[in-house]
Amino acid sequence: MIPVCLTTALPPGEATRIEAEEPIAVFNVDGDFYAIDDTCTHQDASLADGWLDGCSVECPLHASCFDLRTGKVSGPPAKTPVRTHRVVVQDGMVYVQPGITADGAA
Amino acid sequence: MSPTIAVVGAALAGLSAARALRDQSFDGRIVVIGDEVHAPYDRPPLSKEFLAGTASLDDIGLGAPDDEELGLEWRLGTTAVGLDRVSRSVLLSDGSEVRADGVVLATGARARRLPGSEGLGGVHVLRSLDDAIALREDLASASRLVVIGAGFIGAEVASTARKLGLEVTVVEAMPVPLAGPLGAEMGAVCAELHADHGTRLLTGSGVAGLVGTGRVEAVELTDGTRLPADVVVVGIGAIPNIEWLADSGVALGNGVLTDARGVTNIPGVVAVGDCAAAWSVSAERHVRIEHWTHALEQPATAVATLLGAEGAVPASVPYFWSDQYGARIQFAGSRREDDVARVVEGSCAERSFLVVYERDDVPVAVLGMNQPRLFTRWRRQLRSAVPAPS
Ligand SMILES: Cc1cc2nc3c(=O)[nH]c(=O)nc-3n(C[C@H](O)[C@H](O)[C@H](O)COP(=O)(O)OP(=O)(O)OC[C@H]3O[C@@H](n4cnc5c(N)ncnc54)[C@H](O)[C@@H]3O)c2cc1C
Ligand code: FES
Repeated sequence: MIPVCLTTALPPGEATRIEAEEPIAVFNVDGDFYAIDDTCTHQDASLADGWLDGCSVECPLHASCFDLRTGKVSGPPAKTPVRTHRVVVQDGMVYVQPGITADGAA
Repeated sequence: MSPTIAVVGAALAGLSAARALRDQSFDGRIVVIGDEVHAPYDRPPLSKEFLAGTASLDDIGLGAPDDEELGLEWRLGTTAVGLDRVSRSVLLSDGSEVRADGVVLATGARARRLPGSEGLGGVHVLRSLDDAIALREDLASASRLVVIGAGFIGAEVASTARKLGLEVTVVEAMPVPLAGPLGAEMGAVCAELHADHGTRLLTGSGVAGLVGTGRVEAVELTDGTRLPADVVVVGIGAIPNIEWLADSGVALGNGVLTDARGVTNIPGVVAVGDCAAAWSVSAERHVRIEHWTHALEQPATAVATLLGAEGAVPASVPYFWSDQYGARIQFAGSRREDDVARVVEGSCAERSFLVVYERDDVPVAVLGMNQPRLFTRWRRQLRSAVPAPS
């Protein structure tokens, strides 16, 4: 598990990027935390820099939308989903488990 | 019989319209007519990654895996040559016609050519995939490129060609490039990218003509200077593809004229994307927006109206981006000549900044260079501040 930050350091509506093998973006949606690959599957943009709208994030460059729960593309130009990663909150800390998807599959 | 909607133009706006029709539960027949033989593809990479050879045709396809389910009837490689307003039929180049209950005009625009350049080898415009392939091939064996026009496409081609190792000169007739979209002050800042990366930029320079027989050898400027060139790219703007509608009764100006929703003067006919000049409440005139995001988003409103929905037009803030020399330029909003540009983050010298344009102290537009995060916030803020036109 990779520690991300204190839950209080990532308020609702905010995102942060952590360095892993592939960088990961972690989001706080009204108190629920989600983690996906940070790099947009369209081109080279950081999704942590994007705009959070409900449970989807809009890429800061060409506005592809990704569902934070599933990683699926909900708007072009991206065609490929991003990977999701499981988030664990423990003792006020946010952790991600890269390689394990949000729904628990390895 | 189930109703038919004909979409004319099989690119971003046309595909977005077809997707929006299904999204909005239209289950009739959708016929998409496109004069290019290619399935819909993305144009922005044509001057960037595709031209550089780092993106493939597959990479730039607009089709998504789910598109099969849309059940679209494609008529690719077929040009629409007329529209009969009474029977609402689209007449095709092969002599057939598509009778429709609704028509979406999405024929985009084409690159303006330099008069007198016809038939001269080595002279290119860049609008289509075929243009990009031809240019890419020609650049591969060239060492000197002259780009006529320092607008976004010209600047991007110059940037890509530098990356490919060519010697590049950009010729611009106006004293400052990009002054139209960005204002003179910020246009000048963006144009500094050329010098940063070894591209020669000549401003205030008119082109007298092209020199060469059979193949271009040089560009001659009005002051007599000759710029030797193996390849010339002409990037002097685009013209809407609307001539085919001349006898249709559809009102035309600098594009197909529509109201704020994309509806033309002919019932059941809407126009979207680069070919459409929609009424702008704030500008109080028809404005033809030639940006990717507009062609992506606006069709949803137009087809909703086609399907009989009423209600407010969603507020939108024009947005475009340009990638040059590794710098990400993003602009959103509606700028007027006397708006005041203020740097709110970073600095122009560092090529990383955010500039807000203000009118009577109210932010109306925002420009970012290499500031995607902050830019996105500002763009959203502008969007929420725009009153929805009624
Ligand atoms: C090289 C390049 C780079 C760009 N880069 C950017 C960028 O970085 N950022 C940005 O915001 N925008 C950019 N744009 C602009 C953006 O690509 C356009 O706004 C967008 O393509 C408009 O989509 P459209 O579907 O309305 O029109 P188009 O893409 O022009 O498509 C119209 C289609 O209709 C077809 N057609 C025309 N007439 C007929 C007919 N009579 N019958 C049948 N079919 C017809 C055309 O062949 C074409 O396939 C760029 C454009 C180009 C050319
Ligand atoms: S880089 Fe994300 S949409 Fe293009």
